[in-house]
Amino acid sequence: MVGKIIKRTYMGLIFLFLYMPILVLIVFSFNESKSRGHWGGFTLKWYGELFRDPDITKALYYTFLVAFLSSLIATVIGTISAIGIHNMGLLGKKVILNVNYLPVLNPDIVTGVALMTLFISMNMRLGFTTMLISHVVFNIPYVILSVLPKLRQMNRHMAEAALDLGATPFYAMRKVIIPEIMPGVITGALMAFTLSVDDFVISFFNTGSGVTNLSIIIFSMARRGIKPSINALSTLMLITVVILLLIINKRSTKGDELIP
Amino acid sequence: MLRRNIIELRNLTKSYNDTVVVDAINLLIRENEFITLLGPSGCGKTTTLRMIGGFEDPNDGDIFFEGTRINNVPPYKRNINTVFQKYALFTHMNVYENIAFGLRIKKVPNDEMKKRVQRMLKLVDLEGFEKRHVDSLSGGQQQRVAIARALVNEPKVLLLDEPLGALDLKLRKEMQIELMDMQKNVGITFIYVTHDQEEALTMSDTVVVMNNGVIQQVGSPVDIYNEPENRFVADFIGESNILEGIMHEDFLVSFSGRKFRCVDKGFSKDEPVDVVIRPEDIDVTSPEDADLQGVVSSVVFKGVHYEMLVESGDFEYMIQSTDMQPVGAGIGLKFGPEDIHVMKRGSDNEK
Repeated sequence: MVGKIIKRTYMGLIFLFLYMPILVLIVFSFNESKSRGHWGGFTLKWYGELFRDPDITKALYYTFLVAFLSSLIATVIGTISAIGIHNMGLLGKKVILNVNYLPVLNPDIVTGVALMTLFISMNMRLGFTTMLISHVVFNIPYVILSVLPKLRQMNRHMAEAALDLGATPFYAMRKVIIPEIMPGVITGALMAFTLSVDDFVISFFNTGSGVTNLSIIIFSMARRGIKPSINALSTLMLITVVILLLIINKRSTKGDELIP
Repeated sequence: MLRRNIIELRNLTKSYNDTVVVDAINLLIRENEFITLLGPSGCGKTTTLRMIGGFEDPNDGDIFFEGTRINNVPPYKRNINTVFQKYALFTHMNVYENIAFGLRIKKVPNDEMKKRVQRMLKLVDLEGFEKRHVDSLSGGQQQRVAIARALVNEPKVLLLDEPLGALDLKLRKEMQIELMDMQKNVGITFIYVTHDQEEALTMSDTVVVMNNGVIQQVGSPVDIYNEPENRFVADFIGESNILEGIMHEDFLVSFSGRKFRCVDKGFSKDEPVDVVIRPEDIDVTSPEDADLQGVVSSVVFKGVHYEMLVESGDFEYMIQSTDMQPVGAGIGLKFGPEDIHVMKRGSDNEK
């Protein structure tokens, strides 16, 4: 009995520690008073203000445009790559999978700076295109990692069965293989979308010419002094990402949970 | 009854990284035949089947289909369909769509497609299952969908790769009978792969026994059982007592230190041979009534009969008999000339 209480308290404390900052942020996004220290009553005006600020609406537009395009491109490339990797020999598969893990484990700042260096050395102007390319780059490994388990679950004679019944290799891919792995493909796309909305570091280094996403806007606003509308914007981003994560987790069936 | 050859394998060879899996085999398969490739795992039977289906390229040799060489014809252009191990059904489609898959590719009109799928569902006894998801079916039902999906295309040859391997014993026996009926009804060639010798003997018109990539014997189930050509076949098909002997002249062989009349001939004088006596062909008698005497060393009850090991000289005979003798009893072993089967001794057929 006592043990149970101690266990529960301990867990409560841990969660409090983890989620306190976020809770404070959410609470203060509804704070009437501009001051960060004291509560001046409930309001939604900061949320209203967000949508009247042209910089923020523009950043919102870019954030979702980049997220949409980069997840789409990364899903196509990642799915094709996953199918290729799945059909490779044992050694090749091992090597490629480890190479694929590298960007996942690599610190974002290194990826960001590396991409920036590459773009500059190629005389590309930093802007929308470079930000999009960099998002595609860091999204591909995640798509591969979410499609591969589906391929492994598939009966290994599935493609042969389609060929056997008269399907050309292309028809078999379109009508059998892709539909069979579709759950993994969609999970990968959602994952890529979430990561793209989420990203600050890599975007920060690889954008320019007035193109910004929400993370960058929040960062630059915070440098000029914290306005309560930052809290409101952060809360909205948090909710978006949480919803996406909930969808992803609901989709992952037993045995193919992702390692994000 | 003269039947045309439908498939011919000539000198067919397949190896992976210097390991020869199928070693220059030659085989004729006739129309409407139920032929079984039988052998232990790794004997090359599945690889042979996959080469006929077009999923493996032979390293050497040719495959002929109705007289035409089809080595370079891709699987989707062969008039052959396959029932795969563990079925490989399309899990994102329902039963109807699975069966209709091949017909959709051939652009068969909707009404005809419906009719043909219905006829198949009737054949495999799954009427009313059209809308069911394949994951919701039992193993036996999935098996039947896989067969229907292949047969609906009206292939000339159906390949079956251990199709009953995943089913339990009772269901397997039922499906054996059903498959045999289906084969007679649709009148096409079945090429069946299994490692289960009983299944092979039950179902086939012709059994092809393989080991180490080499065909050991081709024949009817009765021939394979009663007249095994070598030690491997005798040992693999059923239980057997295999003794070393000497063939003195036609119809006279010696083993266990005695001479016996037999029904075999055509060996050279005093040729060393292997002699097979099936356990059920040995009668248990009193010691003085028999040519061979022995002492019972173990008895196991098998239901239909008792299985006894009897030591006689330096050989231990296995005997299956309903006449139980206790351990330690001295008995006589009796068998007639027709119970003795003499085989050439091969050097490369060790177990």
